[in-house]
Amino acid sequence: MENKNDIIEIRNLNKWYGDFHVLKDINLNVKRGEIVVVAGPSGSGKSTLVRCINYLEQFQEGHIIVDNVELTDDVKKIKAIREDVAMVFQSFNLFPHLTILDNLTLAPIWVKKTPKKEAVKIAMEFLDRVGIADQAKKYPNQLSGGQQQRVAIARSLCKNPSVMLFDEPTSALDPEMISEVLDVMIELAQSDKTMVCVTHEMGFAKKVADRVLFMESGQIIEENNPEDFFENPESDRLKLFLSQILSH
Amino acid sequence: MAVFKKVEARQAPIGSRGIILWARENLFSSPLNIALTIFGIALLLWIIPPFVNWSIIDAHFAGTTNTHPKVGANWVFIKVKMSMFLYGFYPEVDRWRVKLAYALFLIVIAVFKYGKGAIFKTSSVAIYFLVAYILIKGGIFGLNEVGYDKWGGLLLTIIISVVGIVFSFPLGVLFALGRKTDLPIIRSLSISYIELMRSVPLITVLFMSSVILPLFLPEGVTFDKLVRALVGLVIFESAYVAEAIRGGIQAIPTGQYEAADAIGLSYWEKMLLVILPQALKVAIPNLVGIFISIVQNTTLVMIIGLFDLLAMVQLTASDSHWLGFETEGYVFVTAIFWAFCYAMSLFSKSLEKRFNTSNK
Amino acid sequence: MLAFLRDRKVRGYIFQLLIISAFVAFMWYIGVNTSHNIEQRGIRTGFGFFHSTAGFGIDDSPISYNPSDTYARVFLVGLLNTLIITFASIVLATILGLILGVLRLSKNWLIRKLSAAYIETFRNIPVLLQILFWYNVVLRSLPSPRESIGLFGDVFLNNRGLYIPEPSLNTTTISIIISVFVVFIFLFFLNRWANKRQEVTGEDFPVLLTGIGLLIVVPFLTYFISGANFNFSHPHLAGFGFQGGKQFYPEFVALTLALTIYTGTFIAEAVRGGIEAVKKGQKEAAASIGLSHYQALKLVILPQAIRIAIPPVINQYLNILKNSSLATAIGYPEIVTVFAGTTLNQVGQAIEIISITMLVYLVISLVVSALLNWLNFKMKIKER
Repeated sequence: MENKNDIIEIRNLNKWYGDFHVLKDINLNVKRGEIVVVAGPSGSGKSTLVRCINYLEQFQEGHIIVDNVELTDDVKKIKAIREDVAMVFQSFNLFPHLTILDNLTLAPIWVKKTPKKEAVKIAMEFLDRVGIADQAKKYPNQLSGGQQQRVAIARSLCKNPSVMLFDEPTSALDPEMISEVLDVMIELAQSDKTMVCVTHEMGFAKKVADRVLFMESGQIIEENNPEDFFENPESDRLKLFLSQILSH
Repeated sequence: MAVFKKVEARQAPIGSRGIILWARENLFSSPLNIALTIFGIALLLWIIPPFVNWSIIDAHFAGTTNTHPKVGANWVFIKVKMSMFLYGFYPEVDRWRVKLAYALFLIVIAVFKYGKGAIFKTSSVAIYFLVAYILIKGGIFGLNEVGYDKWGGLLLTIIISVVGIVFSFPLGVLFALGRKTDLPIIRSLSISYIELMRSVPLITVLFMSSVILPLFLPEGVTFDKLVRALVGLVIFESAYVAEAIRGGIQAIPTGQYEAADAIGLSYWEKMLLVILPQALKVAIPNLVGIFISIVQNTTLVMIIGLFDLLAMVQLTASDSHWLGFETEGYVFVTAIFWAFCYAMSLFSKSLEKRFNTSNK
Repeated sequence: MLAFLRDRKVRGYIFQLLIISAFVAFMWYIGVNTSHNIEQRGIRTGFGFFHSTAGFGIDDSPISYNPSDTYARVFLVGLLNTLIITFASIVLATILGLILGVLRLSKNWLIRKLSAAYIETFRNIPVLLQILFWYNVVLRSLPSPRESIGLFGDVFLNNRGLYIPEPSLNTTTISIIISVFVVFIFLFFLNRWANKRQEVTGEDFPVLLTGIGLLIVVPFLTYFISGANFNFSHPHLAGFGFQGGKQFYPEFVALTLALTIYTGTFIAEAVRGGIEAVKKGQKEAAASIGLSHYQALKLVILPQAIRIAIPPVINQYLNILKNSSLATAIGYPEIVTVFAGTTLNQVGQAIEIISITMLVYLVISLVVSALLNWLNFKMKIKER
């Protein structure tokens, strides 16, 4: 089952929180460079699924293989996967006691053993790419939410990951800042990165996604290309969900 | 629609501003308040004039002999005994070494505050301790050896306080991390240690380190009384430091742990670079409180036979030429401790303010 | 094999295994040294010493004790004295702390500043220093029994202690004690009845005022009914000392004074913290729905303030317990002085004695902490 084009392979994934069966028989293959959006009501397990991919959540049954490395308790494999898979969080999670620049150079210096000069050069490039180069010496709490999230995206780009995971990246932002973050994500989508996004921003999905997944109660109910996903939903549950989120 | 003319600000009417208003509202606003104010003034009159009389007006400052009548405070006693209060039994010829150590301490504090780089700061502090120890103990580089038993008074109090603070801190960090870890054995060991040390009085721990510790050592190995007391103090206080730091760690949102994990940091990298720097900032008010109590707790060493500043009061007052001046001694020592602890508490309050405004 | 070692769980097990082995090895090493040293110095082991005769006297003891009693009795006397002085100091420090804390927030500027000055002064002076000050400076300078300071006619203060008349345990005293209990039980049921009545009719009943009134009137009446005679034992000068009455030894007085004054400051700050933590909006909301000042206090402010203040106050009670051990410095015969002090000096079995002493404090602390947790749980403000 090793299709060299698949960068993420998830087979029969099952996860329980105590007695609660939160992920049920998930099977998913993501191709290199593919943009996948995961949608669904809260509690459907979509965040949990994405967090399993970089081992922030552990699972009891099934297999996850990222770029030909299987996720197990092996510390070397976990480290390898985390170097290749980046995550952008809903609450940004920038390190408040470090400057923006230090936030970006922390991992390259300590994990990849990059010399400081080079790490700074790379960091400034990415800060420039997301449009925050002039804030490099400031502290996270001095920036707006939108700016912080763009820094978070730049931080995750610094290690040149193949896969980027987004866990509701705009849900904690004030409305007027959502578009600046989405613009960065759209630009990323046009590069060669593989992206798996949990998001409510359906406009984004329609614009750049290759595939949209609908999850509910721990299962992938339906998947389709964006057009058909929104215009021709097949399952009743998806129809219900779409009517709820698109009505206002 | 209506348009209004701008009104300039005016001064408030006389009765509602100024010191008259303040006095009316704060001191005399109701019968109860008036009664309280009178009570307060009476209290001040009852305490302050007699104390000022005793300590300043009728007091004796001149000379060096015990010839004054017993009416006011005899500060001559303090003057004469000052060197014992400050240095204990430290030989007079070598006291310049202590003064040098104090001066270097001030320099190191300046370095710590204005220097850059954690490694530079930590190593300069470590070097200072080595140098200070050599200076005060002596025995090499041509310095006379001054044994631990000669260390006393304020010198000993300072040494015990500083050693207590400096060594209980890293130990406390380790126990705090141990208490928060997932590994069950380490967690239970840490919790048991912390809860035990926080439930028992310091004096029992000092007894334990003075009397029981020698039994644990192989034959022939002995530790000086001072070292045993320091071990007991550090063991005890590290539990309190651990709890203060744990409070700080618990204030860090889980998102920080997740972000650090997601960018691939190992456990120790995560703790040292991301979590602990933030946790320590949160814990600072509690930590300074613990350090103040360490300074106060140094007085307990007099019970196990070390001659700190407090022990000096009774020792000096038992000189046959200068009997009966314990009151002056106690007042003097109280003033020193109070000044120091109060200064530290003001420092803590200013730190709190600074960290509250800088970042959330 | 190497992959096995890289497994996170395996690493966790190995690390813990190493720590446990190091711990066990350490204990083993200590154990070997200790048994060797004990043998060398001729120290006995075991708890047999509890049955030996103590051979020293204890003046201030709540139960009868003489030098021919056993060390077991010494332990009991010490334990009781620890509990007595802790309890007395807790009561006094709480009262002082409550008053100071409330005064600290008074509208009167002078009172506020005086209270703050008191707090800042006494909490920055080491408690051992305060104990020694009261004992050596104040109490020692009191006159000898023949020249005692007399207060209110029947109370005497001298360098041997504080003497007050002591009522004997006869019908009058016992009746009064019982009547107080009866009043409390009555008040409990009165409160329940008043709450029910308020639910039905909406009318308020002044339970607190009634309670205070009853607590004053009922014991008073009981006194007269049961014979109006306390049969006081009066302290009187006999020879060089005092006979009769209840004697509070200077050590007890000094320790209680110091612990009360020192800990009272921390309790005051905890009380102040609790009251200040109740957000200003609560007082405003209470006023805007028409509650009187007293009702707002009782129904809105104090319930919230108490929840916040209780953990630090209980913490201070534990500090009083631990600081009572400083009695060693002035010779008050609580458990550290007589058991970990004199007994240890005579018997020499340091490990047994100090362990038991620490165990006593540990048990009391754990019991109090468990009570605190239960209390906190019962009073917890429910959250989502």
